[in-house]
Amino acid sequence: MFQIFADWVTYQILQIEAGSRLGAALNFFIYDTLKIFFMLALIVFGVAIIRTYFPPERTKQLLSHKREFFGNISAALLGIVTPFCSCSAVPLFIGFLESGVPLGVTFSFLISSPMVNEIALVLLWGMFGWKIAAIYMVSGLTVAIIAGTVIGKLKLEHLVEEYVYQIKVGQTEIAHMSTKERIEYAVEYTQEILKKVWAYIVVAIGIGAFIHGYAPENFLVNYAGKDNLLAVPLAVAIGIPLYSSAAGMIPIVYALMEKGMSIGTVLAFMMSVTALSLPEMIILRNVLKPKMIAIFAGIMAVAITFTGYLFNAIM
Amino acid sequence: MKIEILGSCCQKCTTLLEVTQEAVAEAGVDADIVKVQDFKEIMKYGVMTTPALVIDGVVKVVGKVPSKEQIKSMLK
Repeated sequence: MFQIFADWVTYQILQIEAGSRLGAALNFFIYDTLKIFFMLALIVFGVAIIRTYFPPERTKQLLSHKREFFGNISAALLGIVTPFCSCSAVPLFIGFLESGVPLGVTFSFLISSPMVNEIALVLLWGMFGWKIAAIYMVSGLTVAIIAGTVIGKLKLEHLVEEYVYQIKVGQTEIAHMSTKERIEYAVEYTQEILKKVWAYIVVAIGIGAFIHGYAPENFLVNYAGKDNLLAVPLAVAIGIPLYSSAAGMIPIVYALMEKGMSIGTVLAFMMSVTALSLPEMIILRNVLKPKMIAIFAGIMAVAITFTGYLFNAIM
Repeated sequence: MKIEILGSCCQKCTTLLEVTQEAVAEAGVDADIVKVQDFKEIMKYGVMTTPALVIDGVVKVVGKVPSKEQIKSMLK
């Protein structure tokens, strides 16, 4: 359906000769843009409906007093569907701990939420295929589960600022939503997301469509290919001072993969930018002592680097 | 009437403040609008996702920016 439309626009409306370089690039651009926007709208809408059943207040209840490990797994999974912005990191953190969610489980949630979300997954799927999207999801969840479990095992509760445990959190009632309200919310949310990410998508597909044929391919292979063992830790280190949402990373990821950077290195870079960022650590400093921040960053860096090597080795 | 905007760093918090100011002006109600940025104060309301809108101590909106019309109807 999208292909027919793309053919029609390129070859009928614009009268570009079939088989020409420009025609192929434009055709690819129109087809991919349509396909990805369609997938994005559909899946974001679906996830938004699911999301109305899991507001943070409910997530908190579900996770409180959970056992370690199983708690970490559920926290990482709930992180995918729970809305998160780094500004809410502190209130979420306090709210979770206060209602009895173990520290390590809270961290699994805080790591997974910005790193693995439906928008990043759809974009990865649309541009690189479902395998890459699945790999990203599984490895992101694994990093969140392992890092949270390790933090739980280390018993670091004393490295959380004391005042966090003294705050009395007011009770909020979870508002009941009717089906109509859920749908309204999902429509609104989908529009908001499309408005926010359309530019990134167009840029990413533009890079794919046009630079594809012109820039020297495999430019990065020598520097950041599989054989360079330093590439993964370097990518993680470069990612730390940078912060972007997972959606904003897609054009960069596209460009890096096109130029021959290996998949593990690219994924490590993406995870580092989204989940191991200096700005977020500065925000978390409100509730965590510096030593705890350092331990958190260390565990994340090791977990992400390991994931990078693993995928470089198996793909 | 006392209106509190809870939230510290998001772009959305600033947007909520602006929309609320406009809604108050258009509805012609007499209200004090305060921006609350201290986490301890925010948590007292049990709010975990910012921005949030509190009118006379009651949490009205959590985690999103409502439309001007919606705020106006809450002011009545």
